[in-house]
Amino acid sequence: MSSGNVTGDHKAAAGGGDRARQAAAPGRLDLRALAPFLALAVLLVLGAFVNDNFLSLANLTNVATRSAFIAIIAVGATFVIASGGLDLSVGSMTAFVAGTMILFLNTGSLDGSGMLLFAAMAMAIGVGALCGLGNGLITTVGKIEPFIVTLGTMGIYRALTIYLAEGGSIAIKSQPLRTLYRPAYFGDVLGVPVPVIAFLVVAALGAFLLYKTPFGRHVVAVGSNEDVARYSGIPVGRVRTLTYILQGVCVAIAVLLYVPRLGAATSTTGLLWELQAITAVVIGGTALRGGVGRIWGTICGALILEVVGNIMVLSDLVSEYLIGAVQGAIIIIAMLVQRSLMRRQ
Amino acid sequence: MRGAAMSAHATAVPVLEARQLSKSFGPVEVLSEISLALRPGEVHAVIGENGAGKSTLMKLLSGHLAPSSGTVAIDGEPVALKGPVDAETRGIVLVHQEILLAPHLTVAQNIFMGRELKRAGIMVDDRRMNALAAAAVESLGAHIDPRTPVGRLSIAQRQLVQIARALQVPHRVVIFDEPTASLTPVETEALLAVIRDLSARGVAVLYISHRLPEVAAIAGQVTVLRDGQLIATRPAAELSPVEMARLMVGRELANLYPARKEAPDKAPLLEVENFTVPGFAEGASFALKRGEILGFAGLIGAGRTELMEGIVGLRPGDGSVRIHGERVHFDSARASMAAGIVYLSEDRKGKGLLLGQNLRVNLTLAALAAFHRGLGLDTRHEEEALTKAIGEFDIRARRRDMLAGQLSGGNQQKLLIAKMMLLAPEIVIIDEPTRGIDIGTKQQIYAFIARLAAEGMAVIVISSEMQELIGLCHRILVMQGGRIAGEVSGEAMTEDNIVVYATGVSDIGNDIGNDFDTGSSSGAA
Repeated sequence: MSSGNVTGDHKAAAGGGDRARQAAAPGRLDLRALAPFLALAVLLVLGAFVNDNFLSLANLTNVATRSAFIAIIAVGATFVIASGGLDLSVGSMTAFVAGTMILFLNTGSLDGSGMLLFAAMAMAIGVGALCGLGNGLITTVGKIEPFIVTLGTMGIYRALTIYLAEGGSIAIKSQPLRTLYRPAYFGDVLGVPVPVIAFLVVAALGAFLLYKTPFGRHVVAVGSNEDVARYSGIPVGRVRTLTYILQGVCVAIAVLLYVPRLGAATSTTGLLWELQAITAVVIGGTALRGGVGRIWGTICGALILEVVGNIMVLSDLVSEYLIGAVQGAIIIIAMLVQRSLMRRQ
Repeated sequence: MRGAAMSAHATAVPVLEARQLSKSFGPVEVLSEISLALRPGEVHAVIGENGAGKSTLMKLLSGHLAPSSGTVAIDGEPVALKGPVDAETRGIVLVHQEILLAPHLTVAQNIFMGRELKRAGIMVDDRRMNALAAAAVESLGAHIDPRTPVGRLSIAQRQLVQIARALQVPHRVVIFDEPTASLTPVETEALLAVIRDLSARGVAVLYISHRLPEVAAIAGQVTVLRDGQLIATRPAAELSPVEMARLMVGRELANLYPARKEAPDKAPLLEVENFTVPGFAEGASFALKRGEILGFAGLIGAGRTELMEGIVGLRPGDGSVRIHGERVHFDSARASMAAGIVYLSEDRKGKGLLLGQNLRVNLTLAALAAFHRGLGLDTRHEEEALTKAIGEFDIRARRRDMLAGQLSGGNQQKLLIAKMMLLAPEIVIIDEPTRGIDIGTKQQIYAFIARLAAEGMAVIVISSEMQELIGLCHRILVMQGGRIAGEVSGEAMTEDNIVVYATGVSDIGNDIGNDFDTGSSSGAA
């Protein structure tokens, strides 16, 4: 799978097994692009020392599966951030989309049918896209900072979920439907869990879109310098709005995996996922100020977050109640590393 | 007066001296054993093409860089400058070419940034700072309210604020790095007066510029650099601008401007009638034929850039625009590009190119639709286009995959032209095509512009360099205060006539025109 270079940043020699492209790009290896993969490798070695079971196939599969939600949402966030935007509402949006999807499922008969499930999934994608469209239009047409816009919609989506749940939780009522939907999270294909396949497919599509299409080029151009993009005839507002819609669709895809896992949406669904998604993107080497996007780095970042959590659970070094603190520290450390690598160049 | 000052200071100890200064970056030697002495009250110009090492020399003398070998001496004593702050405390001030100001702060706040005046020990004394800032700006010949946020000023005004800021530091040596690159003739004249004033007060001035008539007008000594070597240091009075150019380039400059060809058509391709860009331009009407090069002259702030941006849909504007006789209206650059008009911004770094991206991405950015293959982009096709552009426009890049920001200004301009030409436009509007570009590359840019016209495109050139418009254009429209004040063509295309229209006051216009004549001829005399 390819990554990196097509963003146009010649230093973006890729990671993730992209040897052909690395060979094609002359000059030295780019530490910034490589850093997340090195960090993941170091963590894997560390994990192996801490606990013998860490490197077992079962554990690694589990880690990868658990990282799927954040990985998929973070692919969308990579587009938003690469174009110079920011979306803080993804966690609340997850809860809202999950809530509406389950409510829709509950309107059907209790027997449960494939058609109903399919319609609910399509609706979830639609709701996610609309939520993203809202963020995008308020940002571009209203000309308001995305930080403020999505801070606002973060509160709105969260409150709507709690309102729909009447303060409690929204659960799938139909038992047959639960059974039918279950494999979407717990199933596997040839031993590979469905969520892992899902995030790999989303990442591959995302990488194609970002690196190989005019839209992806426009995203990077807008994030790099909005004026240059405008003077080059790029429809800046449309590109930005589309990144938020993509983000919404990615959230909805994550929801499609999340709902069969718990079968319910509550007021704490997706809590602080925006922090994890943005952390994954930043660890992955995407510039928070825009202009550079690295999809495979983002995936790597999501894995790193989950591996760190896993190591904390498997070892007794640090209380697992501190996972949030460690993840918070990671984003700060990642930024410091990026900064120092940039200075050295 | 200048001669008198010269002789008075000729024997004084140099206040600032470069002794055998060399600077290498890795294996590349960009400056080789340069020696230069600057005496109190002297104006010493350093000229050379881009890449000749001028900026490096300035940075060595102002403490921004440390020399690889050789020494800097102050008052005859060798010193090791620890940094720009160290240099400033020793009285050496550098006025940067780039604008380094905080856009949200006011003129006064910028001028006094980091050395705010205080009242009662703790409160900033805004009233006093505003008054002093107003006086400082006034002394540079500008009238700017010191409470205006810098972000609302034109580039030229910002440049003046920057100069005013630098001069707030107690100074014995002032180094100007292309201070007039974005200034109009009037503002330039005011700045030259300031420099004469500095010189009369015994301050030594090191002056870097591409504008040779200016150098001839102001400098006592001229040092020419080429490829990091010192070619000559001579009294300015012994050198004409033409000789300076020859020393800089190292060869005879045949004709700087290409031969003019008559436009083939009689019917206009572009007709603009009564076009208004609110706040910037009013009631502009003009027509443009295929093969014609139309110049737009005027002072900075006359509304030339804004008028063009309005026409191509980059800012709101209203009026009648016809192409091939058909009425059009654009609400974005995308729309005007589709109709065959391209606008190349004066702000190459801020609006023209993505400095952090490579040449290929920049080249194809505006014309990406042409590089489709199925759903994706055809990178090989893009690379072919880059190869062609590099050849056609002589883009000199050390590496194909270097970033646009690493190119010299001249090559950036060539890349920008190549980028817009991929759209195969019928009408090309180029704003300040040669700002900050060395004379050898200027000649190339002029040739490109003439070629575009010869190929049948209609070209509009906006420039603050009157000589450039006179040398290049068929006709010149002069804007003043947002209106098209007049048109000159043929024999009437002279600086005097343009200045009369540009200032709107014929008496003052004549005075300034005369000043310019004496300015540019005194060096040769």
